[in-house]
Amino acid sequence: MRHTKQDWLLAGLTGVSLAVILLLLAVLLGQIFWHGAPVISAQFLTESPGADMISGGIWPAIYGTVFMTLLMTIAGVPVGIATAIFLSEYASPRSRIAKAVRIAVNNLAGVPSIVFGLFGLGFFIIFVGGGVDALLYDDPRPVWGKPSILWASLTLAVLTLPVVIVTTEEALRTVPRELRDASLALGATRFQTVYKIVLPNAKGGILTGVILAVSRGAGEVSPIIFCGAANFLPYLPTDLRDMFMHLGYHVYALATQSPNVDAARPTLFGTVLVLLVLTFSLNLLAVIIRSRSRAALRP
Amino acid sequence: MSESQKAVAEARNDVKMETRNVNIFYGANQAIRDVDLDITDRSVTALIGPSGCGKSTYLRALNRMNDTIHSCRVEGRILLDGENIYDRGVDPVEVRRRVGMVFQKSNPFPKSIFDNVAFGLRIGGEKDKDVIAQRVEESLKGAALWDEVKDRLQSSALGLSGGQQQRLCIARCLAVWPEVILMDEPASALDPLATAKIEELIRELRERYTIVIVTHSMQQAARVSDFTAFFYMGELVEYGKTDMMFTRPTKKRTEEYISGRFG
Repeated sequence: MRHTKQDWLLAGLTGVSLAVILLLLAVLLGQIFWHGAPVISAQFLTESPGADMISGGIWPAIYGTVFMTLLMTIAGVPVGIATAIFLSEYASPRSRIAKAVRIAVNNLAGVPSIVFGLFGLGFFIIFVGGGVDALLYDDPRPVWGKPSILWASLTLAVLTLPVVIVTTEEALRTVPRELRDASLALGATRFQTVYKIVLPNAKGGILTGVILAVSRGAGEVSPIIFCGAANFLPYLPTDLRDMFMHLGYHVYALATQSPNVDAARPTLFGTVLVLLVLTFSLNLLAVIIRSRSRAALRP
Repeated sequence: MSESQKAVAEARNDVKMETRNVNIFYGANQAIRDVDLDITDRSVTALIGPSGCGKSTYLRALNRMNDTIHSCRVEGRILLDGENIYDRGVDPVEVRRRVGMVFQKSNPFPKSIFDNVAFGLRIGGEKDKDVIAQRVEESLKGAALWDEVKDRLQSSALGLSGGQQQRLCIARCLAVWPEVILMDEPASALDPLATAKIEELIRELRERYTIVIVTHSMQQAARVSDFTAFFYMGELVEYGKTDMMFTRPTKKRTEEYISGRFG
């Protein structure tokens, strides 16, 4: 094959961009690992932070992040998958409702995450929480109408919803029409076809999408600032109405609210490292599931 | 009444399905125009005609598979044992259990051979393992596949050859005990040897089932069918006993198509 000047130029440009990206990633991860790794210890991972936020560990933040992520997943993922099944399997391609839902989902995906935070504050905390309080309690002190892990998780569930819907719908579309036809022609109902044929065959794609959405939600900070994340709360949430610590928010707090920012730096890097390990392991899980489900489709 | 139609009337001892004034539309396009056709019980009826003549569309109307295409609309009456399958209150799921279908491209589920054949029984609510195992064996034997797969029922159906996959799809269809089997060019993607096996199978199945087969191949229609219906541009041009159609067609179009002058 003959290479023209343009070919070489293009190859050079793409090669340089690739190198820049790899270099940035390496510096970023190297920096975090270099400064963060020495801080990691059993004590750091299992203890509560001291009063100065620098000493002690970050266990409440780890616990809070995992707890919140679980709640968010339970609340958001089933709704997202159900919506995608409706769009892909039940709605007619020309249905107005389906069109409206799709437009809404696409717009939702483009909304900045801080806006979700304001939405959580306005809708979940003030409207829903405050409404419940006004209905059930005489006490002027809020019971539900205040920031808590429940509202933060629901807010993040809304944030991750579009990603879950879009990736699930894509996964459902990869299931060949012939398989649906075969199932229907054997006298299966639409529900049986979805449940026994479409979902099992799209499982890998759905799981991958869900995990990626969840891992994105787990690391988001701005939506939960108003909704339940605490600056400093050295005990674990035991009730859905409790506030909680969060790794990402802890990083923000250490970097900006700490009395001595320089002294907080090692703790800061340690926290970032833990957060990265958590989200990366979720992503890794997604990659493994994806490659397994691809292998399963081969004879 | 033409001679071939008379022959049909004599030969017909039992009509399994009747279609009356059937019109099928895709959106504003009409794919099938006023088709009246009787399908004889325990026989093979071949639908032939050039590509795009509507024969597959017509076939898919016989078990309401067209319901799954949103833009498709079926008018007229299609009777199964005298009952209109498009009546309100008729469950298409029930229709499809009685009128099975084998598709052009073999479409086994990415499951084991056993689970493929057992699928229709299980979704039909059959729980008894012995019953399922027995029916799977019987169906695989019925589709002339048993001897080739009996030692690997638990391995993936996707590991079978193209011809075996298509016979598996036939076995899967037989397992729910349909009365009518619709076949949409079931051998068009297969080599001559696999095609011969499918054709042999169709001739055996005729003893117990009513079969309607769409085919591109005139030779195939001549080899396997008792009756032939020739479709052209969405209309039923001619229908009669296969040997009559191929030796003495009454319509000029039929003759031209059969002799290979177009299509």
